[in-house]
Amino acid sequence: MKRVVITGMGIYSCIGKNLDEVKTSLYEGKSGIVSDQERLDFGYRSGLTGMVEEPNLKKLLSRRQRLSLGEEGQYAYMATIEALKNAKIEDSFFDENEVGVIYGNDSTARSVVESTDILREKKDTTLVGSGAIFKAMNSTITMNLSTIFRLRGVNFTISAACASGSHSIGMGYHLIKSGLQDCIITGGAQEINKLAMGSFDGLGVFATTDGDPAKASRPFDQARNGLVPSGGGATLILESYESAVKRGAPILGEIIGYGFSSNGGHISTPNVDGPSRAMHNALKDAKLDASAIDYVNAHATSTPVGDVNEAKAIYEVFGEHNPPVSSTKSMTGHECWMAGASEVIYGMIMMQNSFVAPNINLENIDEDAAKLNIVKETLNKKIDVFLSNSFGFGGTNSALILKKC
Amino acid sequence: MMMTKEVIIQKIDDFLIDEFEVEEEEIAADANLKDTLGLDSLDFVDLVVAVESNFGVKLVGEDFINVTTLQNFYDLIERKLH
Repeated sequence: MKRVVITGMGIYSCIGKNLDEVKTSLYEGKSGIVSDQERLDFGYRSGLTGMVEEPNLKKLLSRRQRLSLGEEGQYAYMATIEALKNAKIEDSFFDENEVGVIYGNDSTARSVVESTDILREKKDTTLVGSGAIFKAMNSTITMNLSTIFRLRGVNFTISAACASGSHSIGMGYHLIKSGLQDCIITGGAQEINKLAMGSFDGLGVFATTDGDPAKASRPFDQARNGLVPSGGGATLILESYESAVKRGAPILGEIIGYGFSSNGGHISTPNVDGPSRAMHNALKDAKLDASAIDYVNAHATSTPVGDVNEAKAIYEVFGEHNPPVSSTKSMTGHECWMAGASEVIYGMIMMQNSFVAPNINLENIDEDAAKLNIVKETLNKKIDVFLSNSFGFGGTNSALILKKC
Repeated sequence: MMMTKEVIIQKIDDFLIDEFEVEEEEIAADANLKDTLGLDSLDFVDLVVAVESNFGVKLVGEDFINVTTLQNFYDLIERKLH
């Protein structure tokens, strides 16, 4: 079996448009949440959202490339060019090597709605334009990145709700570990427009507040009343250790464990057993005892039931070892399909810079979460190994374990 | 009011430059749409969209059968409008 390392990372999020900006936000506990009046006018219960600016790609991509790229694809592209630069991978590498792409994505709502609106109005399918189909398919990100970078390796999308990004890394890890691929672009991206989140808002699970939007996402706090939707793009370059060493690439960390499970229960209400098994499976894969984990990046989205059940699961797995835990969603909101990848990057940034980012807005801790060692303020601490949780609708669970190299 | 040939040509040139990002110096009546202007099969779908929004005329695939040069395209639109 091959060792799997991370040689590049890129991030485009509501707390920063590159690794440096995100590092500062994480360290300072800075929120990226705003209140968007347009959503309220559109019929949302909550106007709260993470806000990410759409990049201007005119100088970076051709017209044909831009026509096929929807919002989530644009974020993924921005994250990917940072990750490739970071990994010291240039275009010639793609010609000489079979590089793959496995990316997490689970919607293309705006692209679908906009082209359908044109069709309703014009009654002519041709008038939706040539890019509509490539923006509207769920595999839009992998089909676009593979075309833009002329990739010749594995090429598919992972759709697994809010664990999509995490499973994409897990799948990439296995393909490299088994020797089937040497280098894979992985990650997750999420559109944040108002067309994408309406049905989610309709479930009544989004946070509402009359006060400061930055205080709305409050995982593990007694006063939490829902999640805050968010998005952007997060890319990680996974590579076999041999390939990384051979080309003198920076080795940022190593993936040593991937555990997954399904709850076998309710479509939206999470349980304790599923997440717990995913974490146990990741530890077993990493051949580590729970005591070896220096930090847990919790999935905790700030929903009443989800946070409690994850707290119980973390306690069940780690018990007396009680590693520091925080949910970076307190700052970013819930980056959904992107979250599993972005949160590995947040954890990697913490591991590289020896700190634990705070779980902001934690004022009165929930009873079950009180058993955990939740970090309320930035903690300067050396991290050698961390675990990142991601869970999603349908009961899909993923836990990844990363190690410093 | 009937659109003059000059206005039709100007509108087509404008959307080719602005929307299709064709280099201005490539625009010439005898320019081959595919070989010179670099339009591919997907671009022909977008030409239908551009013609509909600029001239209010819906083209179909068969309309392009004898369209090779920009002059052919100008003539096609003029025929459709007049």
